[in-house]
Amino acid sequence: MTARLGVVTFPGSLDDRDALRAIEQMGGEGVALWHADRDLRGVDGVILPGGFSYGDYLRCGAIARFAPVMDEVRAFADAGGPVLGICNGFQILCESALLPGALIRNRSLRFVCRVVHLRVETSRTPVTSELIPGEVLEMPIKHGEGQFVASEEELGKLEDDGRVVFRYAGPDGAVADEHNPNGALHGIAGIRNEAGNVVGLMPHPEHAIDPDIGPTGGQGLFASLLAAALAGASR
Amino acid sequence: MNLEELAGSLGLRPEELAEIRELLGRDPNRTELAMYAAMWSEHCSYKSSKVHLRTLPSEGSAVLVGPGQDAGAVDVGDGWAAVFKIESHSHPSAIEPYQGAATGVGGIVRDIVSMGARPVALMDPLMFGPLTEERNRWLLGGVVAGIGGYGNCIGVPTVGGEVRFAEPHSANPTVNVLCVGVARADRLMSSATAQPSPGSLMVLYGASTGRDGIGGVSVLASATLEEGSEDSRPSVQIGDPFAEKLLIEASLELIEQGLLEGLQDLGGAGITCAVSESAARAGLGARLDLGAVPLREPGLEAFEILTSESQERMLAIVPPANLERVEEVCHRWGLQTAVVGSLEPGGDLHVRMGGAQVARVPVLSLTEKAPVYERPMQAMERDADDPTFARFEGDLGETLVTLVAAPNVASKRWVYEQYDRMVQGQTVRGPGSDAAVVRVPGTMKGVALSVDGNGRYGALDPYLAGAHAVAEAARNVAVTGARPLGITNCLNFGNPERPEVMWQFAEAVRGMRDACLALETPVTGGNVSFYNESGDSAIWPTPVVGMLGVVSDYRLAVPAGFPASGLAVYLLGESFAELGGSEFAETVLGTVSGTPPALDLEVERRLHTLLQDAAAADLLASAHDCSDGGVGVALAECAILGGEGFAVTLEGDLPPHVLLFGESASRAVVGVSPEREGSFRGLAATHGVPFVRLGETGGPRALIDGMLDVPVADLTEAWESAIPRLLGEID
Repeated sequence: MTARLGVVTFPGSLDDRDALRAIEQMGGEGVALWHADRDLRGVDGVILPGGFSYGDYLRCGAIARFAPVMDEVRAFADAGGPVLGICNGFQILCESALLPGALIRNRSLRFVCRVVHLRVETSRTPVTSELIPGEVLEMPIKHGEGQFVASEEELGKLEDDGRVVFRYAGPDGAVADEHNPNGALHGIAGIRNEAGNVVGLMPHPEHAIDPDIGPTGGQGLFASLLAAALAGASR
Repeated sequence: MNLEELAGSLGLRPEELAEIRELLGRDPNRTELAMYAAMWSEHCSYKSSKVHLRTLPSEGSAVLVGPGQDAGAVDVGDGWAAVFKIESHSHPSAIEPYQGAATGVGGIVRDIVSMGARPVALMDPLMFGPLTEERNRWLLGGVVAGIGGYGNCIGVPTVGGEVRFAEPHSANPTVNVLCVGVARADRLMSSATAQPSPGSLMVLYGASTGRDGIGGVSVLASATLEEGSEDSRPSVQIGDPFAEKLLIEASLELIEQGLLEGLQDLGGAGITCAVSESAARAGLGARLDLGAVPLREPGLEAFEILTSESQERMLAIVPPANLERVEEVCHRWGLQTAVVGSLEPGGDLHVRMGGAQVARVPVLSLTEKAPVYERPMQAMERDADDPTFARFEGDLGETLVTLVAAPNVASKRWVYEQYDRMVQGQTVRGPGSDAAVVRVPGTMKGVALSVDGNGRYGALDPYLAGAHAVAEAARNVAVTGARPLGITNCLNFGNPERPEVMWQFAEAVRGMRDACLALETPVTGGNVSFYNESGDSAIWPTPVVGMLGVVSDYRLAVPAGFPASGLAVYLLGESFAELGGSEFAETVLGTVSGTPPALDLEVERRLHTLLQDAAAADLLASAHDCSDGGVGVALAECAILGGEGFAVTLEGDLPPHVLLFGESASRAVVGVSPEREGSFRGLAATHGVPFVRLGETGGPRALIDGMLDVPVADLTEAWESAIPRLLGEID
């Protein structure tokens, strides 16, 4: 049995094809979903991909949260289905209040595209279940608005509940300001919701699969997600 | 204003107005005059450059589509075509850097899409004045942000480029944008494959038409910039990359479904150009109803609608039976459509608005009957000084550090980190490589790309600058192991009405011609950017070449940096006493003088063949071309990029600084594993390429026996920090 993962294409989505290719390369079945459809086509997991949905006019992700497909994604998440938001997908999850906090302009006020190191903080999510906390992954970032911020109270809860999933780090896993590419609070690169089934991150695991192209730090995330989706499907 | 005055204010010469009267057999009305002014502008008609461009070779076994279409195309094998073109957006960028550069990206991407290809890569050769001046820092920041802001948002990776600095580019920065697309060769939308018929509909889709960019080609791009040129800002178009992304997806779907007989982007000269070129290619006339054009605001006059350069619009030629399906695709992508006219028998373009005819002109009078000038030329005087023979007693190690920190040489990380270089997931080698390599999806093939142009050489000898631009671009493609297939060129010059500028242009084209013939890389298209001057200050003559090559297995693409210790380091090619026009002469001696290096094109060709064959046999661990800063800088870059030092000896009859920093052409530094040295030497001998074993890689130092000994870390720091330091971001 093969896990079926849906990838939503909004107008302005850019890394949707890349996410579909990553799913296939990791042995899953990718299912293209369309923003205007109220239909998830029976998938076992959902990815909201990177890009500039609706041009990111107004505010990143602010328009996409109203897309018809998002009602279905919300219901799927509420039912415990695994949902992964990558970059613009993370922004959409925050705008949809499926995840707390917000992503604002990078500290440098510039778009930044580079390969970074991430420290895995928890394996209690569908995208890190096959990873070990403390493990360091290499994958690219490419965003202009990736500085994670939250109120002090929210931030405290995230930390206390162990809901920070990834932090920007050095190659040795040390978290320090010099490794923080966008000024994110506490070096946060990715978080999960309280139930643990919804995860958002700014870096791009779908661009870290193929060793001919770059780093391979995304393989573990997709392997975990496919396993989680399969487990959900067989329940 | 009488007709003569109006023609003058639109950029038409009195003799051109007379020619229009002759063609029509009457006075043109004001709407018609605006159409001619746009179509006969230097930017659209190439009236000053055409006689020279015709001399360039444009045919070759790999060429599928040559010059004269929206973009050229070459056969990369396995049934795939690579479509590519370069264009300049310097004039708008000088006035409004963000939007000027952004709309440059948008325009070239639509050119590729209109050929039926998916855009897969962008590259940007840029030239600015020195970063010590605040305005130049503002221009660099704005242009880079504009390229990123647009390119990142449409999902096309920016995989490379070039950034150079020189005082003559202060007033007029040079902003060129190259786009590459891929398509199945049998699905290309060229005039050879698409056969529009009378009665087919002209469907305008995408953005509404507004007042932005009116006069862009005639007022802005075809005249020099003078004091108060900020007043021209309304002639700069405003980009909407989100609309462009939808336009790309919708257009490719329309082509994939086989619904179109033709596709044309709206760029310079707007609807007038798109409609007249579509009709001209079909050998037909056309009816156009301006009342059907969706407008951004009410009250636009006919001439405004006809010449507006509002962005993100396309014109499709659609058989009536396909109209409904075309509308369905566009509407699904959220794009509006409007049937604005139809192709008709006969050769006239009839334009109506509000039920009345506002213009009626022969289609070919706008396109093929545009004037062609053989402008007078005057050879420039040569400077007798040559820095090759100047005494130099400075410390060679310090000089190398200075050179790797020179803005032309230093790392451009500050620039390319603002570009998404990995979207689409096919970028095998990105910015910072000699050539970028992008996979052709679903195949093992890689498309290798390089853009090169050396304005310093242009200032000294435009013939050599043209030839070197082709040779260096081909060499950059060849060091990755790829076979160069063809070029697109962007010719950046001053005012062609000045005889010395026209001579520079003709010389550069002659140099390109000779190099393209010798290296068998035909010209598939390109762009000419004249009038890059303000007052009496013109840019350096800067012929820029975009070279496209193909490597049959992208996994064999060779990196530039030393990847390991214990490799043998070889220098391929011969070194001569050539410091004229070099980076060393400019940065260290403070002079741009002398003669650029000589170029033996047969020697160059042999080097390329050796590099390709050696890469295909997997004999090369690294390969890097020698250009700015000579062997010294090439070795330093190999060490910086690979993180591996070296210990070598440079011998020769030349003074040490000439050996180190001379820029003799047709050379490369390669790293070879010890067990492959025998095979490699044999292959080099077979190809007749001179080689010398310099030493080995390894250790933390850059050591050149008896000349210099510098920690690689110091070179890396100097190379990485130079641009951020000039921008005031680090101390």
